[in-house]
Amino acid sequence: MHKEAAIREPLILGHKTYHEITEDVCKPIEDKAPRTWYILFAIAAIIGLYGVGCILYLLGTGIGTWGLNKTVGWAWDITNFVWWVGIGHAGTLISAVLLLFRQKWRMAINRSAEAMTIFAVFMAGLFPLIHMGRIWVAYWVLPLPNQFGSLWPNFNSPLLWDVFAISTYLSVSLVFWYIGLLPDFATIRDRVKKPIPKRMYSLLSFGWTGRAKHWNRFELVSLVLAGLATPLVFSVHSIVSFDFATSVIPGWHTTIFPPYFVAGAVFSGFAMVQTLLLVMRKAMKLEAYIHTKHVEYMNIVIMVTGSIVGVAYLTELFVSWYSGVEYEAYAFINRATGPYWWAYWSMMTCNVVSPQLMWFRKLRRSLLFTFIISIVVNIGMWFERFVIIVTSVHRDYLPSSWSMFYPTHIDIGVFVGTIGLFFVFFLLFARFFPVLALNEIKSILRSSGESFKDDKAHSPAYSLEEQHLAVTAGGNAHAEPKVSKEETKQETKTEAVETPTSENLEAKTKLLEAIGEASADEKDDLKKINGLGPVMETKLNEIGVFTYAQLAKMTTAEYALLDELTGTMPGRAEKDDWAGQAKELMNNNDNN
Amino acid sequence: MADTVIYAMYDDDEVLKAGAKKLVANGVKVTDVFSPFPIHGLDPIIGVKETRLGIMAFLYGLTGLMLATIGMNYFMVQDWPMNIGGKPSFSYLENFLAFVPISFEFTVLCAAHGMAITYLLRNKTIPGMPAENPDPRTTDDKFVMELRLSENGNFKATDLESMLKETGIVELDQKEIK
Repeated sequence: MHKEAAIREPLILGHKTYHEITEDVCKPIEDKAPRTWYILFAIAAIIGLYGVGCILYLLGTGIGTWGLNKTVGWAWDITNFVWWVGIGHAGTLISAVLLLFRQKWRMAINRSAEAMTIFAVFMAGLFPLIHMGRIWVAYWVLPLPNQFGSLWPNFNSPLLWDVFAISTYLSVSLVFWYIGLLPDFATIRDRVKKPIPKRMYSLLSFGWTGRAKHWNRFELVSLVLAGLATPLVFSVHSIVSFDFATSVIPGWHTTIFPPYFVAGAVFSGFAMVQTLLLVMRKAMKLEAYIHTKHVEYMNIVIMVTGSIVGVAYLTELFVSWYSGVEYEAYAFINRATGPYWWAYWSMMTCNVVSPQLMWFRKLRRSLLFTFIISIVVNIGMWFERFVIIVTSVHRDYLPSSWSMFYPTHIDIGVFVGTIGLFFVFFLLFARFFPVLALNEIKSILRSSGESFKDDKAHSPAYSLEEQHLAVTAGGNAHAEPKVSKEETKQETKTEAVETPTSENLEAKTKLLEAIGEASADEKDDLKKINGLGPVMETKLNEIGVFTYAQLAKMTTAEYALLDELTGTMPGRAEKDDWAGQAKELMNNNDNN
Repeated sequence: MADTVIYAMYDDDEVLKAGAKKLVANGVKVTDVFSPFPIHGLDPIIGVKETRLGIMAFLYGLTGLMLATIGMNYFMVQDWPMNIGGKPSFSYLENFLAFVPISFEFTVLCAAHGMAITYLLRNKTIPGMPAENPDPRTTDDKFVMELRLSENGNFKATDLESMLKETGIVELDQKEIK
């Protein structure tokens, strides 16, 4: 088992057991939804429906219902597209890149971040589709045999690259997400009692059973998918940036675009994750799993990517001057001082200044502050795309055709509508899906749970013998293995495992002879030994073991005697090397 | 095939692992383990071989790359050499750079989906499959070890059970399958 430094903050707070993790995550799904959920869902659904109405009107009437004109041919539609794709970058980044880097804190947030990714990419994909105008011929972007003299799409065009990039990204993220969901759906399937949910979850879980071989494959598939998804994340937003960078429009024609877009995407994606998770952890009472440390880690990512974006802005400015191309230089002067100066400066404030505040530990650990900044960043990133797109094209080479862009109510309706739809999807996800990756969280409980860190665990996940002893002392028969038999032809004796008694005098004297006697006055704190809890200590004291010196003398034979006496978890003492630990503690005492 | 299956339940993964080690050292064959999460280090103990899905992913990726190359060569060079800015596509190699993004995307698409589909089929986890875990708690916090009598010819059922009881189990179950 991989052990983690004790000074690292635990990732799972509270002394959780495996079962408690299941409870905490599954409860909100099994219980009735709170009233706030219905209210939020209704609001999101109304906004979403309004958006759908606007889209239908747009499809029926034409792109002319948008505020586009002959100079500004791309505006809010592409702004929203790039904004949503950018937001959709955090999920896969968290689950794939952080998996490759073995960052355990990802496990609490990857499920919901990936869900967010998928829904955000849905929203993103909508915009190019409706921008085609005739959405019913959207399949023309695919290279299908056709009657137009076999006319193929242009494989040299970044717009077609986009089709392939976005659809690959969406489907691979979906698969990655769903493969992780299977075992967790199985957990819910095995818990729910009501017949209809049970059927639903058994269908969703694909009959997952959790065999060793399946887990073996599961781990490899996750790793390989992460390995494939990592370059994919970077490629997708690079290709989105090619839509602009390969053109000859001043302000777009820059080689810095791909890295700058990717950093911006991660930046806005993490901000959206913060916005959603800060609310979700509170509403679903998941504070033990997604706590200040997670928020801080994400804030550090926001700070780093925000700084990269800031450097990119400044580089762009510098290069526009250094290039000596007057059109290029004018594009940037126009951005900062032209009629859209307010968009440029709100972008600069939101994206360059605000993440720098995260250098202060107090601020980046403040949940309220984080929430505010996450919204500020998302607004800033929307303005970034708006600035890049509209301010670059609204004043072209011919001053007589210069114009401004004014959004119509359809522009606004479609954009706001996608936000509504996004929240409809996310709320449904939070209501019916396990929002934390149960199986992954359980696998880090031992290494990163608070129980492990401060040695105060009272759970089977951590110290079995304590639980076992506590129950035996209470005279509860459940402590013995329950032996049950299904109807069998062959008669097999049902027998309980022999309950060991502490009255086993012979073994007791033998043990004390070997390790020496001691009295209660010389008592050491035996709990300091790893794997030895308070219950076990009482038990040892009853036998007559009080000091480290006694424990240090133990060998295999004595361990066997001890196991016989205490009757719990055979081999535990030997496995944890109590003798070795005791020796070390004795040395420490001498040094003091 | 009639067989006796013994299910031993543990409530701690480390205990199960130690138990499996002990049993295997005594010559017992552990058929399977059901757990709510992957137990690291268990596979070599109970003799689960490393999966070959990674190799499959590579092959699927290679297929995708080939398909993309063949396709784009046909569409853009053979069938209809598009003339873009006075630069017609007469040679795949000379225009190769423009085809890199889609070649990459299609490689990833095929590798990821091919592997995912193979994974689901090999696991027999397909929509509508019934769950086969012996106890519903194995997806929550319990770990079940499965032993089969047919695979442990040298032992009697009672021997196996008494050996299991020494490994810190919490429940024991026996089942006849026909």
